[in-house]
Amino acid sequence: MNEVKKHTGFGYVVKSLVSGLGLTWRHFKNARNRRTPEYVSDENYFKQPDGMATLKYPYEAIPVPDNGRYRLHNEIDDCIVCDLCAKICPVNCITIESVKATEDIGMTSDGTKKRLYAQVFDIDMAKCCYCGLCTTVCPTDCLTMTPVYDFAEVNIKNMVYHFTDLTPEQAEEKKQLLAKQQEEMAAAKAAALAARKQG
Amino acid sequence: MLAFLLTLGALLGVVIALAYAERKVAAFMQDRMGPTEAGPQGSLQAVADVLKLLQKEDIVPAAADKGLFKLAPILIFAAVFAGFAVIPFTPDLVPAGIGIGVFYLLAIISLDVVGLLMAGWGSNNKYAMLGAMRSVAQIVSYEIPAGLAILSVVMVCQSLDFQEISYQQGALMNQFPGLEYEMNWLFGIEALGINTTTIGGITTWNIFRAPILLVAFIIYFIASLAESNRAPFDIPEAESELVAGFHVEYSGFRFAVLFLAEYSMMVLVCLVAVVLFLGSWNTPLPNIGPVALAYWTSGTPGEISSILWGIFWLLSKTFILLFLQLQLRWTYPRLRVDQLMHLCWKVLTPVALAVVLIAGIWRLLMI
Ligand code: SF4
Ligand code: SF4
Repeated sequence: MNEVKKHTGFGYVVKSLVSGLGLTWRHFKNARNRRTPEYVSDENYFKQPDGMATLKYPYEAIPVPDNGRYRLHNEIDDCIVCDLCAKICPVNCITIESVKATEDIGMTSDGTKKRLYAQVFDIDMAKCCYCGLCTTVCPTDCLTMTPVYDFAEVNIKNMVYHFTDLTPEQAEEKKQLLAKQQEEMAAAKAAALAARKQG
Repeated sequence: MLAFLLTLGALLGVVIALAYAERKVAAFMQDRMGPTEAGPQGSLQAVADVLKLLQKEDIVPAAADKGLFKLAPILIFAAVFAGFAVIPFTPDLVPAGIGIGVFYLLAIISLDVVGLLMAGWGSNNKYAMLGAMRSVAQIVSYEIPAGLAILSVVMVCQSLDFQEISYQQGALMNQFPGLEYEMNWLFGIEALGINTTTIGGITTWNIFRAPILLVAFIIYFIASLAESNRAPFDIPEAESELVAGFHVEYSGFRFAVLFLAEYSMMVLVCLVAVVLFLGSWNTPLPNIGPVALAYWTSGTPGEISSILWGIFWLLSKTFILLFLQLQLRWTYPRLRVDQLMHLCWKVLTPVALAVVLIAGIWRLLMI
């Protein structure tokens, strides 16, 4: 068994007291430098033994990992309102109400045809568990995780994010258009049926 | 009256600077940044703290002994502040130049202890009482080595007047009435044959005039840490483990006064250390032949130049000691009560007694 060597004596005590002072003095001197906020994969991460470690948080932040899961963002222009995300969400925090489009409403950036308007596209970030399932199922990759993690709110209602680009009036208008079109189609169908019956 | 206001103003300024420095120094030694938000580099933090304390509600516990409770902070601060009255700030400026300054200082500082007991007892709180007991036990014990260390200075200098002690430690010695024909020898020993009366500077500081006073200085410095309840002797407060010591029931303005008294005590003990051991307001630069550095950096007594130089040297030395106090706080762990008493009674006091004896013998060699 190794015996721990006990140091005693005046000289040793003075030496250790002085070396303690030296230690704090060294840190005091090095406090002119600051460690840079580096992500752990950065090669500098482990090479900064000296300097102040404080991160002035709201002004500076350590970069987040690329595959980190933070606040969701929906690029509504690219969303085809397929409702897949709402279906997969384990906590049901995505609310989608869709309206069928009456005319051609263009394509998403990856060339998928859009056929539905999102009358409502709400994500309740207060309920979201940041599992990321919705982003994996999204066929057009429009629902993504952003690096934003500091979005606390005073009022919990503000945690519900509205992504739709339609105002309620526009949505109402689209609904009426759809209803009219469907009426017309029904009328046309009825007319065709009647014509077939007669003929 | 003017001296009173000036000293109070200067003291408040120094204490505010010290409170800010304490935070910054602590932060730097721990690789942190300290206050950064209030004012440039957080420099208004201490001011903001004081303003916050002043705005707080003045709470006096229902069961407290109201008279004692209210009087205690004022008494504590007054005792410390009264100590400043005899400190010579420049060759011509002493708030109250009395001949028995050293004696007065030791006596008036001891009044602090009464204030502490009043605060602890008046709070009617067992923790405050225990805290006060510890504080008082510590301060009373450490007054003995500190007093002995001061006694050795008094023996070497043959004076109880701070101003006379100050004059003895510099090239201006012969200008003090009564010291016209005194001589300073290197290490105080005439047999060495090196006359340092006109060399001045660091060679005439008390720790060089009688090198045994270097030991006395170290003893005094350690004891003064304990007297001002500073780490590593801050058991009475131990803010990292306890809520507080005797001032646990105090808040707002009264707490601010206690806080002020504590920091004033730090400044006072450092000033006394500088005056008694480190050459007071004298320059550290000696005259070397024709290069009269000591005269150039002391000014002429009676003129504005000597006041400025005197204040400058006194304050710089004091700030170095204060920095050392801060550094000690952030370097060493706190002593246990038994270790504290062991250090005082079994180490410092015997050594201080030996120092007194040697200082007496030294004085015999000096004549
Ligand atoms: S990350 Fe998970 S919990 Fe949050 S919205 Fe997407 S599926 Fe729902
Ligand atoms: S899965 Fe993607 S495209 Fe489909 S509704 Fe959700 S966000 Fe829109």
